[in-house]
Amino acid sequence: MAEQCDVTKEMFASGHRGCAGCGEGIAVRQVLNEAGPNTIVAEVTGCLEVMTTGYPESAWEIPWIHAAFENASSVASGIEAALIAKGKRKGVNVLAFGGDGGTFDIGFQALSGMLERGHNIKYVCFDNEAYMNTGIQRCSSTPYGASTTTSPSGTCSIGESRPKKPIAAICVAHDIPYTATASIAHPKDLRKKVRTALDVEGPCFLHVFVPCPTGWGYASERTVEIAKLAVQTGVFVLWELEGNDFANIKVTKKPKERKPVIEYLKTQRRFKHLLDKPEEIEKIQSEVDEKCERYGF
Amino acid sequence: MAKVTVGAVNPDPGSSRNYETGSWRTLKPVIDFEKCTKKCFFCYDFCPDSAVEKTDDGPKIIYAYCKGCGICAYECPKEAIELVPEEK
Repeated sequence: MAEQCDVTKEMFASGHRGCAGCGEGIAVRQVLNEAGPNTIVAEVTGCLEVMTTGYPESAWEIPWIHAAFENASSVASGIEAALIAKGKRKGVNVLAFGGDGGTFDIGFQALSGMLERGHNIKYVCFDNEAYMNTGIQRCSSTPYGASTTTSPSGTCSIGESRPKKPIAAICVAHDIPYTATASIAHPKDLRKKVRTALDVEGPCFLHVFVPCPTGWGYASERTVEIAKLAVQTGVFVLWELEGNDFANIKVTKKPKERKPVIEYLKTQRRFKHLLDKPEEIEKIQSEVDEKCERYGF
Repeated sequence: MAKVTVGAVNPDPGSSRNYETGSWRTLKPVIDFEKCTKKCFFCYDFCPDSAVEKTDDGPKIIYAYCKGCGICAYECPKEAIELVPEEK
């Protein structure tokens, strides 16, 4: 089957119903074009599933399956077991895709199980920091201070009151061979990490940062700029790690001079209410400073 | 009306191409090939809709699918892409 695929074609077809300027569309193209046609994807519920598979159409050029919100990791585990049983495992990439809701919250148990069982599956989380598909509800990936429909800002609230869950670090704690964070703004870096993950034997976790124009409130042409700003301010640190010893962590993109977080926050509607609260900006800045110090820059 | 297959299996990969999202566009990106270096392909890398094709003559925008988000124009290092209002 795989030999018949036209490798020069995009693995992710045009005509999907993602919003104009969708960060997830960029990320999926970059991941799939690196993985190539001999790839099977299992995916959780989310924006990506809804926008790509309006029946009877599909934007996927490769075998793709959607199961439920919580179990892309389990389905991918089953696919891997079936391939092994049929003697067809060699040369096939088995990927599991999830949004932040299906990874951080709902699919976490299945993800943890898959990592623990040691399947040779590469899990890619596309993180747009809220449940965008159902109307921008807060998630455990939503950063402190962001206004969402279930953590709205107002006189008694500054928006989301809890910090972002460190999902990649939690995956590292599962003692998996390779974990990395990546951003759509650095496609070469992202593709290199996908390649490394595919070449490593065993479960790997990739956390990809994907801005969302609809949920974050910015003009569609600024998707990549905002992803860049997140790296330049230290809000999202790009790193990779082989094994589970954080002493070996490698930060892959270090800005020469880190920009203040306000540069990032002021570009988005979800942080607009913070702009006249310097003490909150100060708090976010000190948290980012502390995080960057931990990562060594 | 399409017949629903067993398990809703879709035997037609990439069939979303039947739906042309170009009609969503209000601003149309136009490449100025005098300025375009024809080798960085940032517009290709950053297109969410697979609507930029890599060719030997540089990038080619597929207007049938371009939603007009403007990322290519915004990210072009040579400012070689201009957004012009879509007219009937």
